[in-house]
Amino acid sequence: MEERAGVRFLLNGRPVVARSAPGERLSRVLREEFGLTGTKVGCDAGDCGACTVLLDGTQICACLTPLGQVAGGRVTTVEGLAGEDAPSRLQRAFLALGAAQCGICTPGMLMAASELLRQRPRPTPAEVEEALGGVLCRCTGYRKIMEAALLAAGDAPLPAEPAGAVGARRTRLDGPEKVTGRAAFGADRAPPEALELRLLRSPHHRARFTIGDLDAFRARHPGILRILTAADIPGRNGYGIYPDLKDQPVLAEKEVRHRGEPVLALVGTPEAVRAVDPEEVPIVWEPLPPVLGIDAALAPDAPLLHPGRPGNVLIEGRVRRGDVEAALGEATARAAIAVETSFVEHAYIEPEAGYAVRRGDRIEVFATTQAPYMDREEVAAVLGIPPEKVRILPSVCGGGFGGKLDVSVQPILAVAAWLLDRPVRTVWSRPESMAASTKRHPARIRAEAGADAEGRLTGVRFHGDFDTGAYASWGPTVAQRVPVHATGPYRVRAALCTTRGVYTNGPPAGAFRGFGVPQAAIAHEALMDMLADRLGMDRLDFRLRNALRPGDRTHCGQELGEGVALVACLERLRPIWRRERERLARDGRGEGPLRRGLGVACMWYGLGNTSMSNPSTMEVGLSADGRLTLYNGAVDIGQGSATIMVQICAEALGLPVESFTQVLGDTARTRDAGKTSASRQTLVSGNAARLAGLDLRRRILRLANAGPDAELALDGPVLRVTENGRVREIELFRLTADADGEVLRGIGSWDPPTEPLDADGQGVPYAAYGFAAQMALVEVDTELGTTRVLRIWAAHDVGRAVNPTLVEGQIEGGIAQGIGLALMEEFVPGRNENLHDYLIPTVGDVPEIEIHLIEEGDPLGPYGAKGVGEPALIPTAPAVLNAIAEATGVRPTRVPVTPDRLLAALAAAKTRG
Amino acid sequence: MHRYERPKDLETALDLRAGGEWQVIAGGTDVFPAMVGRVAPRPLLDISGIEALRRIEETAAGWRLGACLRWSELRDHSLPPLFDGLRKAAGMIGGRQIQNRATLGGNLCNASPAADGAAALLALDARVELRSRRGRRELPLAEFLLGNRRTALAPDELLTAILVPASRGEARSDFLKLGARKYLVISIVMVALVLEGDAQGVIRRAGIAVGACAPTARRLPLLEERLLGRRLDEPLAEAVDGGVLAPLSPIDDIRGTAAYRREAALVLLRRGLEGLATAMPGAA
Ligand SMILES: Cc1cc2nc3c(=O)[nH]c(=O)nc-3n(C[C@H](O)[C@H](O)[C@H](O)COP(=O)(O)OP(=O)(O)OC[C@H]3O[C@@H](n4cnc5c(N)ncnc54)[C@H](O)[C@@H]3O)c2cc1C
Ligand code: FES
Ligand code: FES
Repeated sequence: MEERAGVRFLLNGRPVVARSAPGERLSRVLREEFGLTGTKVGCDAGDCGACTVLLDGTQICACLTPLGQVAGGRVTTVEGLAGEDAPSRLQRAFLALGAAQCGICTPGMLMAASELLRQRPRPTPAEVEEALGGVLCRCTGYRKIMEAALLAAGDAPLPAEPAGAVGARRTRLDGPEKVTGRAAFGADRAPPEALELRLLRSPHHRARFTIGDLDAFRARHPGILRILTAADIPGRNGYGIYPDLKDQPVLAEKEVRHRGEPVLALVGTPEAVRAVDPEEVPIVWEPLPPVLGIDAALAPDAPLLHPGRPGNVLIEGRVRRGDVEAALGEATARAAIAVETSFVEHAYIEPEAGYAVRRGDRIEVFATTQAPYMDREEVAAVLGIPPEKVRILPSVCGGGFGGKLDVSVQPILAVAAWLLDRPVRTVWSRPESMAASTKRHPARIRAEAGADAEGRLTGVRFHGDFDTGAYASWGPTVAQRVPVHATGPYRVRAALCTTRGVYTNGPPAGAFRGFGVPQAAIAHEALMDMLADRLGMDRLDFRLRNALRPGDRTHCGQELGEGVALVACLERLRPIWRRERERLARDGRGEGPLRRGLGVACMWYGLGNTSMSNPSTMEVGLSADGRLTLYNGAVDIGQGSATIMVQICAEALGLPVESFTQVLGDTARTRDAGKTSASRQTLVSGNAARLAGLDLRRRILRLANAGPDAELALDGPVLRVTENGRVREIELFRLTADADGEVLRGIGSWDPPTEPLDADGQGVPYAAYGFAAQMALVEVDTELGTTRVLRIWAAHDVGRAVNPTLVEGQIEGGIAQGIGLALMEEFVPGRNENLHDYLIPTVGDVPEIEIHLIEEGDPLGPYGAKGVGEPALIPTAPAVLNAIAEATGVRPTRVPVTPDRLLAALAAAKTRG
Repeated sequence: MHRYERPKDLETALDLRAGGEWQVIAGGTDVFPAMVGRVAPRPLLDISGIEALRRIEETAAGWRLGACLRWSELRDHSLPPLFDGLRKAAGMIGGRQIQNRATLGGNLCNASPAADGAAALLALDARVELRSRRGRRELPLAEFLLGNRRTALAPDELLTAILVPASRGEARSDFLKLGARKYLVISIVMVALVLEGDAQGVIRRAGIAVGACAPTARRLPLLEERLLGRRLDEPLAEAVDGGVLAPLSPIDDIRGTAAYRREAALVLLRRGLEGLATAMPGAA
């Protein structure tokens, strides 16, 4: 039988015999039998392309190919792309241009591109696009991937690695492992003897349940060693972002509040656990009428989701300044709008995964995460042990965007490993990940604004209800952050901005790039266009007139200092705006049913937590043999913090980036650098890295008795300190080393200075803000309701670009997500829990993007730098919507603007006349 | 793990098929996605190794497309303009990875209402060849596709070939797919059009099919009738009105509303006909 003989094929040039079952997915065989974890699994359904490998030179999805089909064939994986000791030209082009961010799609992209380059050594951009069309990337916006593939195809020399630290386009330090497939993501590593854990989840939005005879079930499945229920949780069966809101159970007790909520965990051998059909597990469901949507939740007779939350209202937020009634009354022009948005899925290509190991009275969890220190607290509480006994080892994170700020696999893995005293691993399937993970809050917003005859905003009134789903998660953050941003980045005399977070039986809505601000921006940027039109002013000039400037007071009463460069952003775009508008006026808006339109939108974003201490600490060590180690607790989720922290520290210290290695994220070896959220790492952890570098420098200079301008140089174990031509040598190997082997250490901590907000939201919510303006050119097919984005221009106030390549990558990726938000992304529980039906932009949906970095320096930022992660996304959807409004004369108010919605809106406008 | 067989010849495959409950698999691009988080419900009978099912042959009656022909093979094969629409559809099924494995036969046997291949082949008057131990039979595609995920395939049968009649005159065809993004997208609506004209440029045969608007792709006989006898350089789009959509019964789903599907189908039909008219030699 073939099964016993094994399946023979060439794997990366070597003849192999695979012993796995021949009907097994090739992706699983490559990863589990051959240990080639460079081939990633994002969906097991052909939808993401992360598993793309070459079979006889053509790209295929390894997840859709049974092992038996490669018998006698040639299989090439990312591990086989590199030459003997050097990455291929394609891989080097990916590195040089920053085509890999989180890196989870990178192997698939490389394989898809390599198929093309073998077939067509000189492809056109259109051919590259076609070749990459089957691989999704959620991070990069595809532009740099396209550029890298085209660059690799030509003969032009690849750009050389630049010298220098801050400001240099350094190659990502974690890039080489990402382009070779060596990087270990959550599913890529586990002890070989690890048991597997699988959660059984609610198929209902709301239901009571009882668990039947588990012993009998176990007797039928000998490989299942333990079945965990809520009763097995040793500590607190609840987690959540806020200390007083640990309302989300690790395993549900009696009642489930959303589809996908876990009720029990099977732990056993991988074969046994995988073989279980959920239908045969004895759970008796009693479905209850679900509360879906904001209206249902606020209805007077609505069932209450949580005790102590009357009316299902989780929280309210509010900022009030001046008399908004009077201000609107005095306005020459007024505009009002109501908009509605949907649940949006993060759709990181890496599903949640990890493993846990118990070591005596300690537990170690390796998992994909954005927030190792928060994970540590949660795991400790769930186990009922002190946090010091918990060690979180973040895996390389295959995309987060806010979705991996809440714990996912960590607590239940820890419980299982703790109770069984054996390593336990889990990998969520794509449908599980989509059903269970947090979402962007659907928002329902009503907003109104007025301006005087000179075009100055007088007042803004804003109310937003946010569907926070079944559990609190980051709902309070959204409710507090939105009112602070709801006016848009403009001077306004009076404002009243209120929000509510509303519990429903939807999926928990949490953190997603912008914490509600992208939804609010859709409203305020629509109002800005409407007011400008009513006053007969140019839309960009109207924004320019109202743009916040240094010295202005925000509607929170905060006086802004330097580092407010929105005016510069708009001025940079103005000539392009004029040119493009003239072009449209001259060449017309399009032929036949096609209509073009140009839109502009602005945004501001407070960096770091709202009115809350959120410090970071970084440490840097110098070893006896002259190596620098940055103990960097900031998780790199693809945005590049693992690179720029070193650039910043190197700049402060005065030693080259090349001398550094890093310890990343490990809570046992790094200090708390907070979570990778709120665009805070560059500003907050960046300052900590700078201070750590300065601290080490100070110690070195003291040791050398040298002044502040001395130059440092490392020569193996000898550190040379040169001042005014005088050289002093420090023989590092003579100094005493600590447990880590360090002979000198520097440490730095930084916490952004904020002040609490009073009941009217007056205070200093953030120490620094990012600003941006973007323009979108779109083409609408008015007969089909489809929208193509033709081009985006983005001007971003980034303070200082520590690494321009990485900053551009953030902007391009944010724009791609903004396009998705505007045009196609809408998660409906139970309907599109997969990447087949839930659509995110592909390489063909992201147009050319022209980026303008405004680098005026922020006084608080490390070397002037500030964050850009969230700012990148916020203005895109509003700019696209404004462009659609201009193209069609109809303003879309329901997001995403799917073809059927847009066509219906156009038809409704026509009947209204 | 279940048994898995990958015979090299059709006879063995039919023997196995007759002898048990199998999950037939060709490209696997519909089979595996249906098994996410689950193990295979039945042993796998993999027919992708049967070379004889992967050929494109020209016969006296027309064309014979092997059931295991991959979409990429069809896409890259040089064929007369009659097949332009089908080949265009081939290039729009999933991404390259999918096209490199997915087969024509799988697309038809999976019988998704949104199967692009089904609409394109229906417009070509395709017939399917089914074989079993018991023998061989042929069915018009329209009789093979019974409904959403339902076909006339008997449990011991395999789909072995798709038979496309030759065109008698000058033929042109096109395929228009509407999705909510550029690549890797299931159609909201798709339209397949085939027109054959005589030497005078008069339409002698019209095959028009719409997909994703009913449990299976549907032909539009009224529209086809209206087109017959018209000259190819006439403004053909005029023949399209709401009445021609009678065979359709679209539904509201995650990809679009029923009303939208009707509207979009009309637009695609008009555009398709306009495009074909101008593509015709002798057209104005
Ligand atoms: C990411 C992705 C994108 C896709 N995009 C599209 C798209 O745009 N348009 C579209 O139409 N489809 C699309 N599909 C669906 C799929 O790729 C096609 O339907 C494909 O043609 C199926 O062929 P296959 O050989 O892979 O079928 P398989 O998965 O091997 O089989 C499908 C079904 O047909 C049966 N079967 C296959 N061959 C035979 C035979 N010869 N005799 C009897 N039974 C048989 C199998 O038992 C199974 O039930 C997509 C799929 C994926 C995963
Ligand atoms: S894992 Fe294969 S396509 Fe997603
Ligand atoms: S870099 Fe492409 S998904 Fe993260």
